[in-house]
Amino acid sequence: MAKKDRMSGNEAVAYAIRQINPDVMPAFPITPSTEIPQMVSTYIANGDIETEFIPVESEHSAMSAAIGSEAAGARTLTATSSCGLALMWEELLIAASNRMPLALALVNRTLSGPININCDHSDGMGARDTGWIQIYAENNQEAYDNFIQAYPIAEDPRVHLPIMICQDGFITSHAVENITLEEDADVKEFVGEYHPEEFLLNPGKPVAVGPYSLSCYAMEARYNQAQAMENAKEVIVEVAQKFKKQFGRGFEFFEEYKTEDADYIMVIMGSAAGTAKQAVDDLRAQGKKVGVIKLRVFRPFPAEELAAALKNCKAVAIMDRTESYNTHGGPLAAELTAGLYRAKVWIETVCYTYGLAGRDFMVETVYDIFNELEDVVENGKKVEQHKYVGLRK
Amino acid sequence: MSGYNLKEVMNKPERLAPGHRMCAGCGATIGVRAVLRALHEGDYAVIGNATGCLEVSSYMYPYTAWEDSYIHNAFENAGATLSGVETAYRALQKRGKLPKDANFKFITFGGDGGTYDIGFQSLSGAMERGHDMVYVCYDNGAYMNTGIQRSSATPHYADTTTTPVGSQSNGKMQNRKDLASIIAEHDVAYVGQSTLTRDFKDLHLKSEKAIYTEGASFLNIMTPCPRGWRYDTAEVMKICQLAIDTCYWPLFEVDHGKWMMTYEPKKKLPIEDFLRPQGRFKHLFKKGNEDLLVQFQEEVDRRWEELQYKAAR
Repeated sequence: MAKKDRMSGNEAVAYAIRQINPDVMPAFPITPSTEIPQMVSTYIANGDIETEFIPVESEHSAMSAAIGSEAAGARTLTATSSCGLALMWEELLIAASNRMPLALALVNRTLSGPININCDHSDGMGARDTGWIQIYAENNQEAYDNFIQAYPIAEDPRVHLPIMICQDGFITSHAVENITLEEDADVKEFVGEYHPEEFLLNPGKPVAVGPYSLSCYAMEARYNQAQAMENAKEVIVEVAQKFKKQFGRGFEFFEEYKTEDADYIMVIMGSAAGTAKQAVDDLRAQGKKVGVIKLRVFRPFPAEELAAALKNCKAVAIMDRTESYNTHGGPLAAELTAGLYRAKVWIETVCYTYGLAGRDFMVETVYDIFNELEDVVENGKKVEQHKYVGLRK
Repeated sequence: MSGYNLKEVMNKPERLAPGHRMCAGCGATIGVRAVLRALHEGDYAVIGNATGCLEVSSYMYPYTAWEDSYIHNAFENAGATLSGVETAYRALQKRGKLPKDANFKFITFGGDGGTYDIGFQSLSGAMERGHDMVYVCYDNGAYMNTGIQRSSATPHYADTTTTPVGSQSNGKMQNRKDLASIIAEHDVAYVGQSTLTRDFKDLHLKSEKAIYTEGASFLNIMTPCPRGWRYDTAEVMKICQLAIDTCYWPLFEVDHGKWMMTYEPKKKLPIEDFLRPQGRFKHLFKKGNEDLLVQFQEEVDRRWEELQYKAAR
C-alpha cells in the first residue's frame, strides 16, 4: 500500500534512491542539491542500502567516476546543481557518447555570475545539447515519480542514454509538501535489475571504452546517439503509461491543464507551472478561455506533440526560466517556435523570460501575460517577441 | 623477489598487443609493457588511460591493442575514472554479481601533462581516498601528443615549443615538480619512481608491488621521448641509464611511509652526461652558458641529498 507523507523534493529523491538501492554514487556537495548525497550517506551509514558512495573532490570527478562505474557494469547515479553541472559539462558529453545509462538528480539553480544560489533553469538548459534525456518536475511528487522512471527509460536497450531528473532548487527541493510514497517492493519491481550487455568487469570478455575515433567513424557514433534519443520518445511514453497504470499518476511529454477549448495557452516548465495553473483557475472563473501546458520532457523535445496540442489556440506564451543571449527568446521559445513553424501552426507567440536567479513568479504576472496575449489577438497590439517579466521598475 | 628472471618475465604473454601506432622507440610503450608484465597470469585487469599519445595510438576505433578491459575518459580525470571502476568492483562483488574467482586489478596510465598538471586534482583525490588501484605516470617531460609543450614535469632549461630557446630565453624557467614525493606525502600505500633499466628488474618489482599492495599506489616512470628530447632513437636505454647514474632521475620507493633508495650509482656522473645527447639542452653547451649547467647540477645535488636524507631516517 502506498503511504501518504510530507517531505521536501530532496528528501523525495533520496527516498526513491533508497528504494532503488543503486550500486554506486559519486557526488560532491553544492547547494541546493547537497542534501541528496547527505541523505544517501546516512542511509549507507545506517545500513539501509548497499550503495557505495564516493566522496569525490569535484563535480568533474563525480561525473568521471560515474562514467567509470557505469562502464564497469554498476548502476550509478550522482546529484548536482548549477556550477557543479557546468564543471561536469565535458563529462556529460562523454557519458552520453559512451551510451552510459546513468542517472543525475539535478536540482536546478542559476549559473554564476553573479553567484546566486536560487532557482532558474540556466544549468539544465546549458546542458540541453549534451545528449542527456531531461525530465523536469513541477513538485516533490513528480520529482519522486520521475526518478523512479529514470532507469527504466535510460537502461532500455533502445535508448542506453544518461538521464537527468530535474527539480527546481529550493522551491521544490527544500519546500515540504504532501506526497504519496510507493512500497519499496513495488518500486524495486518497477525499476528492475540492471543487466548490462557489455561491461569492463566481465571476466574473460574484455571491452574497450572511450576510443579515439577518426572522421571515418565518429559521425556514425553521433548519428546513433541521435537515433537513441529519437527512440527515447517511445520509451518515455511506455514507461509513463506503465507508471500510471501501476501507481495512478503522471504525464507523458507534458500535462495539458484546461487547454481543450483554450484560446490562450502558457507553455511552462517546473514549479512555476503551479503558479500558472492557479492563475488559469482564477481567469477561468472570470470566463477567460485560458490554459497551461506544463512541459515535462525537454530532451527529447516533443515538437510535433506540442504543435498538435497548440494548433487550435490563438496565441501562446512561451516561458523561459533562463537567458540564452540569442536576443529573441530562451531555449524553450526557440525550440517551440521552430516546432510550430515546422507543423505549420500559424499562431501568435510571445517569449517571456521570468524567474531568473530565484526571482518570484507571481499569479498576477500570469494574469498580465494572458491579458497581453488577448490584446495581441483581439486588438492587434504590437508587442516585443521577447520580453522580461518581473523586473524591478 | 630475488627470483626475478628476465627471460621468464619477457616470455609472458603480452597484454599490449603489437600493431598500435606509437612511435618507434617510444619510451612510454616500453614502460607500459613492463608494468603489465608484473600482472600475475590469471588475474584480470581494467586499464585506465588519460588522453595522450598512448591513448590515441593504442585504441583507435575500431581497433584496440589492449588485451584487458580498457577505459579512456578524458585528459584530466584518469584518477577519478578508475576510482569509479574500482568502486563498482567492490559494489558488485559485495552483491555477489561477479564470479567469486574473478580477481581484478586496476591500473591507469597518464602522461606527465595528464598527471602532473591537468589531472593533478583528480589524481590527488583518488590517491587520498585510497582506492585499491595503481596510477602510473609515464613521464616524458612535456605535452608530447600536442607537440612538445612544457609541463610542470619539464626539466629546467628544456627547449620546448612553449618555452622556446631564443635570444631572450634559455628554455623553461622553472625546475620540475617532484610529483612522486608529493604523492608519497598523500600517505598512500606505495609509491615507486623508476625508469627503463637494462634488466627491467627495478620497474618490474616496483610494478608488482604497486599492483599487489592493497590501497592506492603511484608509479612515476621516466619514459624518454625521442621526438621531444631529440636524441638518437636507438639510444633510449642509454639515456635512461645516464638519468639514474647522474642522479637526475633517482630510483626510490616509499612503502607505507618508509622511504628507500633502490639504486645508488657507484660513481655519480656529472649532469652534462645526461644533458649532452639531448637536442632540447643543446643551448646549455654554448659558450657563456656554463653557469646554467652549474645551476642544473646544484639542483640535482640538492634533490639527491634531500632524498638520501629521507631514506636514511
